[in-house]
Amino acid sequence: MTTRNAAPRLTWRERLTRADVKWTPYALVSPYFILFAGLGLFPMAYTLYASLHSWKLGGPEREFVGFDNYEFLLTTYDRFNWSIVNTLGMFVMATVPQVVCALMVANALNKRLRRPMLWRMLILAPIVTSVVAVGVIFARIWGQEYGMINGALELIGLDPVNWQAGRLSSWLAISSMVDWRWMGYNALIFLAAMQTIPRNLYEAATVDGATPRQQFWKITIPQLKPILIFTVFVSSVGGMTLFVEPMMFSNGNLNGGADGQFQTTAMVLVDILRNHGNYGISAAAGWLLFIVIGIVAAVNFLVVNRIQGNK
Amino acid sequence: MSTATAPRPTVPAAEPAPPKRPRKKTGDRIEPAGVFAPTAMTRIGLVLVALLSIFPLYWMIIIASRTSSDASGFPPPLLPGGNLGEHIREALTSPDANLLLGLQNSLIITGTVTVSVVLLSTLGGFAFAKLRFRGSKILMGTVLFSMMVPLQQLGIVPMYMIMVELEWIDTLQAAILPFLINGFGIFLMRQYVEQSVPDEIIEAARIDGASTFGIWWRIVLPALRPAMVVLGLLTFMLNWNEFLWPFMVLSEENPTIQLAIRQISTATWATDLSMVFTGTLISIIPIAILFVVFGRQIVQGIMEGSGK
Repeated sequence: MTTRNAAPRLTWRERLTRADVKWTPYALVSPYFILFAGLGLFPMAYTLYASLHSWKLGGPEREFVGFDNYEFLLTTYDRFNWSIVNTLGMFVMATVPQVVCALMVANALNKRLRRPMLWRMLILAPIVTSVVAVGVIFARIWGQEYGMINGALELIGLDPVNWQAGRLSSWLAISSMVDWRWMGYNALIFLAAMQTIPRNLYEAATVDGATPRQQFWKITIPQLKPILIFTVFVSSVGGMTLFVEPMMFSNGNLNGGADGQFQTTAMVLVDILRNHGNYGISAAAGWLLFIVIGIVAAVNFLVVNRIQGNK
Repeated sequence: MSTATAPRPTVPAAEPAPPKRPRKKTGDRIEPAGVFAPTAMTRIGLVLVALLSIFPLYWMIIIASRTSSDASGFPPPLLPGGNLGEHIREALTSPDANLLLGLQNSLIITGTVTVSVVLLSTLGGFAFAKLRFRGSKILMGTVLFSMMVPLQQLGIVPMYMIMVELEWIDTLQAAILPFLINGFGIFLMRQYVEQSVPDEIIEAARIDGASTFGIWWRIVLPALRPAMVVLGLLTFMLNWNEFLWPFMVLSEENPTIQLAIRQISTATWATDLSMVFTGTLISIIPIAILFVVFGRQIVQGIMEGSGK
């Protein structure tokens, strides 16, 4: 700080320092925000604009059509509504067992094990596999003719199942891909949160005669609430934008099975955009998907948020 | 926070004993310790989960090293065959598959994105953690918002339109551009700067006449080296595995490795499972190497990145 009576005349260097302190922070964060404005905010607003127009790649001049694109998707194009059902179904089918397994695994990893880092790496290993690779491998595991699952079924005397054909069976196969890849990752996140729970809470509970099971439900789970909310939110966004697993399960196509029985909303969007070049309708699909994600995230928040209340 | 325990990424040393209870371990016995003693059920469960985690990857290697006919039937073969080297050579040189080009493109895209995300995140993280400037709260809120909202899915239509307009379709810059920034990176770096760079050091440097940029370069960056390794690893893994956007803007003639895998597994060699798995194995190898060498950092990065 310069003193008052020296104020009128700052040296060049002092001025430079002041400007540096005042303006350099903006320079440091500006690359992020310039790119964010161009790659995040602008596209978001532009999607809204495009969704209100009849607009095709290489087609005639765009034309304002109000909510026609939305209406088309919601009332005429059956695949869109079904895609929302499929996406929600697979989301529930994948997320519930995944979170339960991850909690159990995290609880096990939180015990005093030898070589804890080795266990963590083993549990996390699936994450090295790209989603495409997971799709390649699991499509074969669930394959109709030579698949391992059907092989096992035959061995115990059951008929092989065409997993791709049915709605629920295809959802099961796709959920297994999601769960296999992400369960360990979520277990580590839960483990990190469990390690911050003070251990004397458990010691006190043990003295009071609480069983490990009671301790898990009454100490661990309530303490994990913030991280559960976070995980379920991230899973909602990831699950509702599911794309690669079902695409690989339908042999790299976007139709999601013969009747679209496992076509997700992201697949419908990309199909309209890439194969039909229809900007207006795909933009409307993008906004509808965004709204659905918002609803799902809000519902999940309300569900998880009740945890503390019980008992 | 244990950032200080990861000084050398190249040393995957044995896990140090938990500091709280420096009791001696006697062979295979684990002494009773209340609820934190693992039961037999815990061990069996963990072994099962670990086997399930590894098995599909192991199976892929088995089939890649044998012949396609070994892939059918149950139980699957459990020992690798001798064809792996030959298959890999065949896969990499096959004119039907763009595996080498795919690897090269993926390296360029992922490398550029990783460098950009790590550098921009240290800049932003430093500014948000240690510098006072008007609007910093709102701007940080925007960063958090950008982490929550699936902008990629929402923005995919106009981003694609822009790439068409720019005539960037089928160019690598189209695949790179949307990933150059990452809100999570800024968030992570802000946490690390707050923990690892004391205010006093920055004050002292200012008194010595260091500029803001100089402080970033000489004080913040060296202190952030472990965090940069972690963020770089996570960013590299994430972008190596990216599929949807490259699928939109690149073609099968100029693919990323993931697009090349889709191509061979669904069209080119679809019936030759052994070759499909060989190609898939090749696509995983770079990440698998990172995971084996830096596994500890990756595990710590995931666990610390979530710690709120």
